[in-house]
Amino acid sequence: MLAEVDSPEESAALADWLADAGLEADDVVPAARTVLLDGVDPGRAMALLETWPGGSAVRARRTVDIPVSYDGPDLPLVARRWEVSVDEVVRRHTSLTFTSAFCGFAPGFAYLAGLPEAWWLPRLADPRPRVPAGSVAIAGEWCGVYPTASPGGWLLLGTTDVALWDAASAEPALLAPGTQVRFVSA
Amino acid sequence: MIGAGALTTVQDLGRPGWAHLGVPRAGALDAPAAALANRLVGNPPESALLETVLGGLTVRNAGPGRWAALTGGGAGPAFWWAAGAELRVPEPTYGVRTYLAVAGGIAVAPVLGSRSTDTLAWVGPPRVVDGTTLPLGEPAAEPRALDVPAVRRPGGLRVLPGPRADWFASLDPLVTGVWTVRPDSDRIGLRLDGPPLERVREGELPSEGMVLGAVQVPPNGQPIVFLADHPTTGGYPVIAVVRPDDLWQCAQARPGERVRFLRASRG
Repeated sequence: MLAEVDSPEESAALADWLADAGLEADDVVPAARTVLLDGVDPGRAMALLETWPGGSAVRARRTVDIPVSYDGPDLPLVARRWEVSVDEVVRRHTSLTFTSAFCGFAPGFAYLAGLPEAWWLPRLADPRPRVPAGSVAIAGEWCGVYPTASPGGWLLLGTTDVALWDAASAEPALLAPGTQVRFVSA
Repeated sequence: MIGAGALTTVQDLGRPGWAHLGVPRAGALDAPAAALANRLVGNPPESALLETVLGGLTVRNAGPGRWAALTGGGAGPAFWWAAGAELRVPEPTYGVRTYLAVAGGIAVAPVLGSRSTDTLAWVGPPRVVDGTTLPLGEPAAEPRALDVPAVRRPGGLRVLPGPRADWFASLDPLVTGVWTVRPDSDRIGLRLDGPPLERVREGELPSEGMVLGAVQVPPNGQPIVFLADHPTTGGYPVIAVVRPDDLWQCAQARPGERVRFLRASRG
């Protein structure tokens, strides 16, 4: 069952609400404009969804500060597209509070919502074959941090040493959906 | 492991419940064959076993004798695997994947509640390679008789319309087409070749959650049936979803084989 919503923030909020409401499911997967309810009784899930009050308030979760070395190869490109200086790109990126809307692509890779629409930029036409682990990047409406090295076409702003994924931990993803994220210049 | 073959992994029932963090569920691709192997040697259904591709796996029993069973392409009764004996898994007579269950189950440390190896992100125990030693648990029960026919009859893959079926004019081209299994099919997906499925809607689909058995259609129009190690979210429309009880056939479809889809009645 796939529930459609209007925004990633609303998706994270609905997933939270479903967990609090005690929905029995194999998996509840928030995403950009949907929440997937996998392994549910459709009748019961539908009845529950009809009682959702709506809104995009996520459960109060921790806020994570991520120290970043702003030395990414795409900083000059972003500055050109935003028509500002590189320093102003860093100032803008560190002024925002992002919300982890959902994870995907790789374990612990969080799609962070909160970039103003005027600052959205397309991903690189020619993706890099290897983006190093810890790269902090933006693309479209999203900001993200690569937990492991992988190919990627997002615009690289900098790097962080923070560990994003630990499968041995009870909470393996640092940026689980709903987490508030701020970037600070290291 | 004397010889690990083309691809050998430890699998169990998988790790559902972590998709929201981007972790694939993994688990034995041919679930009924894995369940049968465990049953034959007296293991509970959640026991871990080995999944291997196209034979070639050679294993020595480094401990005391145990009951063991091979299922997959075919299935035989449980056999006694003597201490020190070498077991060579033959190439299956049909199908792709063979399961080797040993009484007591493979007792590697679970990761996020499962002993399955996911080959997309490599969550779980490492891939089995030459020289790997795997611990076994304590046998729980006596072996059981082969209680189902050893030969299973494949049919078409029964599908229900997917969440983005309306991105296509109809399901007809999918269910009337004859699809050829591509050699790059793997635990992530059964990749198919056939007459390209054409969209009636342009544009990008924002990433959304994907289910096991989703038939995803990338821009080239060649469908992919998502199997156990599929990415948890995806940005291509899902035209249909294969019924869970038919997915074992995807695990056993050989490259070059032809498969068909059938419209399933709901429920």
